[in-house]
Amino acid sequence: MESSLNLNHLKDGESAVIRSISADGALYHRLTGLGFRVGKAIAVVRHGRFKGPVQVRIGTTDIIMRRSDAEKIRIIATAAP
Amino acid sequence: MKRIALLGMPNTGKSTFFNRLTGASARVGNWPGITVDLLSAKIILGNMVAQVVDLPGIYSFHGFSEDEKVVRDFLESNPVDAVAIVLNAAQLDRQLPFALQVVRLGLPTVLLLNMADEARHLGINIDARKMSEILRIPVILLSAKYGSGFQHVTQNLARAISANVTAGAGDVEQAFAEDHQIEAKAADLLSAAVRSPKQLPENTSARIDRVLLHPWLGLPLFFLLMFLLFQFIFTLGKPMQDGVAWALTELRTLWLEPLMAGLPAFANGLLLDGIYSGVGTVAAFVPIIILFFLVMTLVEDSGYLSRVAFLMDALMARLGLDGRSFVMLLMGFGCNVPALMGTRVMRSRDLRLLTMLVIPFSLCSARLQVFLFITAALFTVETAPAVLFSLYLLSFTTALLTALAFKNRFVSNEPFVIELPPYRLPTWRQIGLRGWHEVRHFLKRASKFITAGVVAVWLLTHIPTDVPASSSETLAGYIAAWMAPLLSPIGIDAQLSLALIFGFVAKEIVVGSLAAIYGLEGDALMGLMAQKLDWVQAYSFMLFTLIYLPCLSTVATLRTESKSRAFMLGSILWSLLLAWLASFAFYQGARLFGF
Repeated sequence: MESSLNLNHLKDGESAVIRSISADGALYHRLTGLGFRVGKAIAVVRHGRFKGPVQVRIGTTDIIMRRSDAEKIRIIATAAP
Repeated sequence: MKRIALLGMPNTGKSTFFNRLTGASARVGNWPGITVDLLSAKIILGNMVAQVVDLPGIYSFHGFSEDEKVVRDFLESNPVDAVAIVLNAAQLDRQLPFALQVVRLGLPTVLLLNMADEARHLGINIDARKMSEILRIPVILLSAKYGSGFQHVTQNLARAISANVTAGAGDVEQAFAEDHQIEAKAADLLSAAVRSPKQLPENTSARIDRVLLHPWLGLPLFFLLMFLLFQFIFTLGKPMQDGVAWALTELRTLWLEPLMAGLPAFANGLLLDGIYSGVGTVAAFVPIIILFFLVMTLVEDSGYLSRVAFLMDALMARLGLDGRSFVMLLMGFGCNVPALMGTRVMRSRDLRLLTMLVIPFSLCSARLQVFLFITAALFTVETAPAVLFSLYLLSFTTALLTALAFKNRFVSNEPFVIELPPYRLPTWRQIGLRGWHEVRHFLKRASKFITAGVVAVWLLTHIPTDVPASSSETLAGYIAAWMAPLLSPIGIDAQLSLALIFGFVAKEIVVGSLAAIYGLEGDALMGLMAQKLDWVQAYSFMLFTLIYLPCLSTVATLRTESKSRAFMLGSILWSLLLAWLASFAFYQGARLFGF
């Protein structure tokens, strides 16, 4: 069950730990540049309306990405704070 | 001369640093090995002159984005004597690996930790001396925005370029080869020299976002904000443009006309109505460009533009565009020229080109003047607002259709993963410098093209010299007659075709040219037009005017911003085709239904 969780499963305000990043090429380099690393904590701040992008926070950086890309970030759910 | 390359990730204040370091002296220029322009400036460091080059902000050296390629190619083709890395001090956890990659180049390097004030505010404690000891390069905490720490910066840059190490080509590829150790090294460095608080306090930006990115309020607030900015630019811009026009006319009547009175009529006309009007056309854009970039700097540097991307992406992604394209499209309704220049915020060339293809369809204020005149002449007071509204609607529709038609040709390879920087207020200095740079850029790149175009149209309408100017016996008249088989099926007669030729220079002069063509002015001109044209012809003419060709200045800007004559010609061809089809469908359709 847990292995199939990705970033899109998080609701606004929830956080998790990045388990793997299954992106390649340009997207992978962009993600690492912005601080996406396996083992890092990631929080979903909000979702855009009409299936718009998702805003996430890693450390001190806020990032927006499309849901199709967020799907590629697999996560391990952490207990709610 | 020594050369210093400025490297850093996006949103680190690298350009602010560059501006602070170099002042207003920066120039846009071409470089071997790359296709985009880069800003550079010469500064005096110690007893040497150094050229500082502002390279595009990138996230890594391995990426495939255009900017990443530009940086790699630049470093391979242009030897540099020193590198200055700009990092955001508040985000060292993710930016240090980037710096370590650069250090590997083996060049004299200075590490600049910018936004030190923000980092301190967040409770992040950085031991620059420790970091410097470990890395064995100078590490300086500074604030480019407020100018603190710059004494150290210039001292260390001077020392770096006097080391006499210059990187040749070939080193670059190798230096960025493998990354595995860099991550670990960055982590060590971080734990040795940086202390961050465990839990970051909820900051002001998050609170502002809760309103501006609100699920229901976000979009209405965005439109309200755009409306206000638009009003600000174009209501303030109008009197300024009028002021420029007044000054130019004064200069002409008081100085130039008496001065050139002795010249033959043709030379006089060519100099005053050709070249001088061309210069005037260019000058009229200056106030609008200044105001536009004053506002855009505010919107961009404040961080709101990336929020717009968040708000509009769901809608714009379907058109192959993004939220920033939408902002520029809206601004195009004021004036296409600065809107085209503003697309430079988009880093992906394809996204930018698609946006530039769409903007010329925005019904700008100059076109509005033509439509106001014609609707006043041919439509009743009751129907005029609906006619104008339909033109605005069609303007949007053609823009969206164009995006849909070409979105598969211009596919952005840039991943849509964008940083939302905290809200920041730019300083007046930043705003002023930006306006100055953009105006100079416009004047330098577009003025010759525009002046040449104005002169060409003047010649067309005044040769041969022994017939009445702007009449059907001039060259322009012959062109109009020659185009008649093409334009009569859409209801546009010879006189109106002539006006279209003038309209290519600037839509502002269409009404004036109609006056010259018909030899009447004001109410008399309106009366004559109402006699000669019916409403179907008039609407078809407006439709064609809306779509057929943006003004000369827009075309010049299309060319300079895309750096591609083929793109400019393609854009012109597409608009002409679309305009003809739209007018044809309307005119023949209306006639078919008996109007």
